[in-house]
Amino acid sequence: MIPEQLKKTLEARVAHAFSAREAAVDVMKDLQFHYGWLTDEAVGEAAEILGLSRLQVEELATFYEMIYRRPVGNKMIHICDSISCWNAGYEKILDHLKARLGVEVGGTTADGQFTLVPCCCMGRCGDGPLISIGSTIYDNLTPELVDQALELERLSGSAAPEHQGQA
Amino acid sequence: MEQVLFRHNRPGRVVTFKEYCDEGGFNALRKAISEMTPNEVQQAVIDSGLRGRGGAGFSTGRKWSFVPRDLPGPRWLICNCDEMEPGTYKDRVLLEHNPYSLIEGVTLACYALGVRHAFIFIRRGYEKAANNLAQGLIEAKEAGLLGKRILASEFSVDIDLHLSAGRYICGEETALINALEGKRPNPRSKPPFPATKGLWGGPTVVNNVETLANVPAIIAKGPGWFKGLARNAEGAGMKLFCVSGAVKNRVCVELPTGTTLREIIDGPCGGMKPGTKFKACIPGGASTQFLTPEHLDVPMDYDTVAKVGSRLGSGAIIVFEEGCCLVAATLNLITFFARESCGWCTPCREGLPFVKEVLTRIEAGAGEERDIEILREHVKYLNYTFCALAPGAMAPLDGLLRHFEAELREHIVQRKCPFK
Repeated sequence: MIPEQLKKTLEARVAHAFSAREAAVDVMKDLQFHYGWLTDEAVGEAAEILGLSRLQVEELATFYEMIYRRPVGNKMIHICDSISCWNAGYEKILDHLKARLGVEVGGTTADGQFTLVPCCCMGRCGDGPLISIGSTIYDNLTPELVDQALELERLSGSAAPEHQGQA
Repeated sequence: MEQVLFRHNRPGRVVTFKEYCDEGGFNALRKAISEMTPNEVQQAVIDSGLRGRGGAGFSTGRKWSFVPRDLPGPRWLICNCDEMEPGTYKDRVLLEHNPYSLIEGVTLACYALGVRHAFIFIRRGYEKAANNLAQGLIEAKEAGLLGKRILASEFSVDIDLHLSAGRYICGEETALINALEGKRPNPRSKPPFPATKGLWGGPTVVNNVETLANVPAIIAKGPGWFKGLARNAEGAGMKLFCVSGAVKNRVCVELPTGTTLREIIDGPCGGMKPGTKFKACIPGGASTQFLTPEHLDVPMDYDTVAKVGSRLGSGAIIVFEEGCCLVAATLNLITFFARESCGWCTPCREGLPFVKEVLTRIEAGAGEERDIEILREHVKYLNYTFCALAPGAMAPLDGLLRHFEAELREHIVQRKCPFK
């Protein structure tokens, strides 16, 4: 169950839209922020707020790369694997991350802190190789800089993953 | 050198609303509303020769002219800021420095088209650009440059931001329209084209950020001036080039259309990375064909690059050095497209993973001679897809087969990657 306040905010967002489902991405992002990932319960709540069936929400939720239909760690680590970062040597950074975190791509660390996923171009092709942790971008990476970034992010504690990439 | 889009840029920070206005900002909007009819604004954009900067290169003014003005119901303008073409980061750089040219450009386009409500569709991860725009919209509204009765005229426009949640296909204009409506962002079939039947069934124009941001300067200084900015006779205006890969400085710069690759690499990029030699580049983002050293003096403009078998695309130049395996590079590109396929149509959904498999095999030293023919056939057949994603994916493969077939065959003959 979501708090009354959040429900009111979401309903206001829907009221602002030309058609209710136009607000679908915003509603999913906010529910994900609340739950940590887009739970089955959240899908139902989104459907109700948007006036859609659960299936209609599901087909949106599974489409977008920043909506998570499975539990994820406190912070998402996205590593760009597109051509400019490939050319800048992202593979070395990915190997280092996997070793440091003890996970494969798609995995969550044992302490639940990080989930590691590849992503397509982040639009910062002049600064590769790069990753984002939560909402922070770390660019021009070397294995040493990756270690520093992880240390920093561990110290700064948890932040719900869904608000990364949002204004 | 004269700068149009980057004219207002300040190092390391966003230009302020006041600075933008002091430098002539929003004068084009004032001029259009007080002195020009909507048709005259459209005609100026047609005459300027401005072409779609998102990659397709279609005449912007002509695209506007396809919108019927006599249909009942609202018309829409969407600014496409779903900049997800690998290698492309120009729109982000522009908006992180200056959101106002775009806001003014969107407003001018709405004036020309008779649009009451516009959207700016922003990709995930561009929060700084989105914040700048959100702030800029508030400032423009407070100054009477946006909203109801702009500059005390009869003309009113609102602009909304839509913050997406990722996926390359959202940049395809009909997929983008579905995304904005809150539907699954699969592309729609064309025709009908968005110009007649787009957002919520209404006439809709979708233009790229850089395209719209050029409009204020065209209106302020005239189409002749804009056309004259280009280095080549058939070109028009300036172009943002964003460079990545094996150059010394990976920069985003504004240069006259028609500047050559060599000038871009040797000039603002400071040459190749020390100790490396130019082998190839992709001139316009992931969905364009490789160019080789023999193309270094080709003017970077739509028709001139098309003439040598590639596309200017988004102006995202990705440079590869001698010793870099272009089979592996192409495999990376195809892997991207295979993952980003929306799955709507069979040739794309099934064809791209298949091509990826063949290239993986060749790169791993398990390829056979007949694989080259298989790849060649796919370049041909993956043109018959629902949207431009798969044909775009085939572009680098097409370039590989055309210019680097020997390198591909070497993988097969040596039964390994010759660069490893």
